[in-house]
Amino acid sequence: MTAHGRYSGSTFSLDGEDVEFHPGETILQAAHRAGRYIPHLCWHPEFHPHGSCRVCLVKVDGRVAASCTTRAAVGQTIESATEEINATRKTLLQMLFVEGNHFCPSCEKSGNCLLQATAYEVGMEGPHFEEFYPDRPVDASHPDILLDFNRCILCELCVRASRDVDHKNVFSIGGNGIGTHLLVNSPSGRLADTNIAPTDRAASVCPVGVILPKRRGFSTPIGDRRYDVKSVAEPGNQEAS
Amino acid sequence: MTKTPSMRPAASGQDLEIAALCASHGMDPHDLVQVLRELQEARGWLPRDALAAVAAELKLPLSHVEGVAGFYRFFHQQPVGSYRILFSDNITDRMLGSAALMDDLCRRLRIAPGTMRDDGRVSVAPTSCTGLCDQGPAVLVNHHHVVTRLDAARIEQMAHLVDDGVPVTQWPAPWFVVEDHVQRADVLLGPQPAPGSAIAAARARGRQATLDEVKRSNLRGRGGAGFATGVKWELCRKARGSAHYVVCNADEGEPGTFKDRVLLARHADAIVEGMTVAAYVVGAKRGLVYLRGEYRYLLDGLRAVLQRRRGQNLLGAAIQGDEGFDFDIDIHVGAGAYVCGEESALIESLEGKRGTPRIRPPFPVEHGYLGQPTTVNNVETFCAATHVALHGGAWWARIGTPKSSGTKIHSVSGDCERPGLYEYPYGTRIGRILEDCGARDTQAVQVGGPSGLCVSAFEFGRRIAFEDVPTAGAFMIFNRSRDMFEVARNFARFFAHESCGFCTPCRVGTALVVKRMDKLAEGRGSRHDVEVLFELDKLMHAATHCGLGASACNPLRDTIAKFRPAYESRLKSLHFEPGFDLDAELSVARRMTGRDDPAAHLEASR
Repeated sequence: MTAHGRYSGSTFSLDGEDVEFHPGETILQAAHRAGRYIPHLCWHPEFHPHGSCRVCLVKVDGRVAASCTTRAAVGQTIESATEEINATRKTLLQMLFVEGNHFCPSCEKSGNCLLQATAYEVGMEGPHFEEFYPDRPVDASHPDILLDFNRCILCELCVRASRDVDHKNVFSIGGNGIGTHLLVNSPSGRLADTNIAPTDRAASVCPVGVILPKRRGFSTPIGDRRYDVKSVAEPGNQEAS
Repeated sequence: MTKTPSMRPAASGQDLEIAALCASHGMDPHDLVQVLRELQEARGWLPRDALAAVAAELKLPLSHVEGVAGFYRFFHQQPVGSYRILFSDNITDRMLGSAALMDDLCRRLRIAPGTMRDDGRVSVAPTSCTGLCDQGPAVLVNHHHVVTRLDAARIEQMAHLVDDGVPVTQWPAPWFVVEDHVQRADVLLGPQPAPGSAIAAARARGRQATLDEVKRSNLRGRGGAGFATGVKWELCRKARGSAHYVVCNADEGEPGTFKDRVLLARHADAIVEGMTVAAYVVGAKRGLVYLRGEYRYLLDGLRAVLQRRRGQNLLGAAIQGDEGFDFDIDIHVGAGAYVCGEESALIESLEGKRGTPRIRPPFPVEHGYLGQPTTVNNVETFCAATHVALHGGAWWARIGTPKSSGTKIHSVSGDCERPGLYEYPYGTRIGRILEDCGARDTQAVQVGGPSGLCVSAFEFGRRIAFEDVPTAGAFMIFNRSRDMFEVARNFARFFAHESCGFCTPCRVGTALVVKRMDKLAEGRGSRHDVEVLFELDKLMHAATHCGLGASACNPLRDTIAKFRPAYESRLKSLHFEPGFDLDAELSVARRMTGRDDPAAHLEASR
């Protein structure tokens, strides 16, 4: 029996409450559809799962797994909002913060940023680790779109959006290890020399402040922004873009 | 992959050369890694305009080609000189003095490690273990030639040869000798069956019956994970697809492991025979050998074996006259990426992409190379399969222990009198191996490489077996004069260097571990740093996308648990120490103000 008293053959238990799922769905897909919140960054309902940020980790019958890539199965016991799992998520978020250069007070994305909102949600109060302070020059070449690589969390949403939705392949991933970085597909390597348009999905999908429209700075005042008003855990507010 | 706007530069002679190169690979974008490797062999490095020409020929986005070129450690997007000299940086090379030898060569050549000399002649850098631990210190020159048993005299002469511009092929021949060092042979390293005999035995038995024999043998994969070979073949055989593939994982990247190098050099027939038996069972027409870039020098010999076997009707169409039994093998050479030893990353690399492990399931047996059912097995596993096909599963299952059948080859290196290959039945005591190789006063053995287990002296009664101490083949010995903290630090650097960069915990975690270990090494650590290392280990063990990250802290955890004094002797205080040296941070200000008097230093600085 579900919480609504309806019988369903396909449910798993998420933190003690039943969640129904459709065949083939992942744990995160089903939870998201049911309006439940499992923190996530690289997962987006419009795209294939990626599994890189690891923030959506849960315990599936006692074993840690990424909920975005793990298929839902009947009778699974999923632990998500536990102290242990949230501590792991907080550490992963701290890693993302120290890896790049994230200065929220001066970032146009502040208040609309999924990284920032998720960090608040899991109670991250400081970086914990020493910052890497990488040297990542911005690309301001495009007339309408700014690229600030300092904030990139390598979620590849822009890569996927440009490839699968816009069919333009404007972005790729380069390098390896801690030197992994976003690449722009043009002879010069600069955004101005690509065919990206401000209306492209890739231009709006970034969950952090890497891909930003120009000349729209602070049009919504701090305090009135997406996550200033409503928590990232609320249904409909779980994605920044 | 969709087509991108044409970025083709004006055609030149070099572009025509690239067009011919791409044509020789059938204009197949899946061959991108091979195209780039061959292009670099011709040019020495990969200039951006050449990448653009490759992208245009193969109809790939330039950034994709650039992303692939930037992934592999042996591809260079900047010039690296006419001589690229890479020192194997495994702990066993270091124990034989490689760091001092590299410094000596750099001093003689007047360069800093990792930078090219201004005249474009040479660059020198460390690289991950090249699999010559039993005859190190070793270098890899121009990704093609290996020089073993380096010493001060060879370094001095090498510097002269470089300065005089002598081609590597004209360097002293004894330098390139690679010994097999087979110290103890059993089934796999002893006399091998006549080529074709195992295939004939399999054909006489039939496909299903051969599979049954492999299952009966309880043979488990020799690459580390230990998955049952018969089950893997059966899953692949049953999976639907337009084609089935057999892949040999010869990406022997685990530091301290070199058994596959010897098998590839000495018993290539047994490997190819095992692949052919696998192809017979699963119904594959095409096989691929993924040869690690460090073993490029074995390529010609392997190709000769394949060619000879084609002539013997053991590869190609209608093998041994059996109409419909067609199978042939290509060799794909890697380009420096440990993670490609993971089977799904290996398949990505075979498909010409960055070697990032895939989301699993689906597993390669169902959705592997080009999305088709693929069985990926280790070099040693294929050799074992050859013997199983010939002698039957019951015979193999009688060797070893009930849960770990057969024999296992160990790559023994480090502090012992007779390093080399030792093959024993499973269930052999670690102490027995130490006795046989002449190890004395042994403090610890790293079994299975950095991702394996660090075994201390009180555990030498334990046995090599999946149910006790499993191994992928490395057996690195450390006597009591060795500093186990430095061993762990070397492994930490290895994992950070080899992280593919895909998932957060491995990409950032391995880098954070190195920072902490370096801080401890500099004598600036506190107990808090050790606690953070524990925390990182726990996180990475549970949270990473693949096994590389999950095992990256194994040596750390083992050494902290078993050799804690090695860490504690480095702690500056038992409390907190900052991650940076406050006084050193003021050096820029001192330089700008031209001061260096005592008052320009922090009082508490050291």
